[in-house]
Amino acid sequence: MTALRFALLAPLALTSMLAHAGDDRYALSPAYVQECGACHSPYPPALLPKESWQRLMGSLDKHYGTDATLDASAQKSIGDWVLAHAGSGKRARTAPPEDRITRGDWFIREHREVPKAAWSRPAIKSASNCSACHRGANEGDYDEDRISIPR
Amino acid sequence: MKKISSLLIALALAAAGAQAATPAEQLAGYSATAKAAADPARGQKFFATQGPKEWSCASCHGSTPTGMGKHASTGKAIQPLAPAANAERFTDVAKTEKWFRRNCNDVLGRECTPGEKADVLAWLMTLK
Repeated sequence: MTALRFALLAPLALTSMLAHAGDDRYALSPAYVQECGACHSPYPPALLPKESWQRLMGSLDKHYGTDATLDASAQKSIGDWVLAHAGSGKRARTAPPEDRITRGDWFIREHREVPKAAWSRPAIKSASNCSACHRGANEGDYDEDRISIPR
Repeated sequence: MKKISSLLIALALAAAGAQAATPAEQLAGYSATAKAAADPARGQKFFATQGPKEWSCASCHGSTPTGMGKHASTGKAIQPLAPAANAERFTDVAKTEKWFRRNCNDVLGRECTPGEKADVLAWLMTLK
């Protein structure tokens, strides 16, 4: 059924791929959401610089302790898409340690009001679990109005 | 109506380049390659067996994979794995192979054999 929905919705998703300049919403490629979003929030590519994405896409066999390899065509299309949408603004001037979005200066700054203990709550578990609090994260929506931190 | 929707699904799958198959067809394929009959009890045991990184299949899929799973490192929700609970599972050969490849590497540090895949799938197919 996913394939059916995908086939029907893909053209719609493509036409809605508009830049959302000035807010915290990102248009995500359906293939990226399907492949990368299967294991973690589909992180907006703009949150890492090109050099980080090049390293990540070149080492999917050892992806933060897991095998995240793709078939050749998905590797190429998703790789091209993340590089085309890699960050160039203030959030992605330099590569964060280990190419982890959650270790970037801006990430730490933006989340400074989140109490330390909140990160380890069972419903959150890890700073990489964006959608635990950013309810629209799986659709690329990080708008502040949609944040709800589970107890 | 049912005929039309199956036709639509078939067309969509063909358009997506997916090789459609039922869980039973994939089980038959793995058993044939392994040249042995699948054993659901062995599959259940395999599913719960921890590898060198202390992960098992159940670490992410849960010990009864008719329910939701949860990624052991990212916390991301995982849809049920058993075909009875999730009709999408084991209906696309390439997808089945991709996930066996990745997840067996993660859990065991090697790919699974056709016999192991057959056992696990046979067990999953017994779950209601």
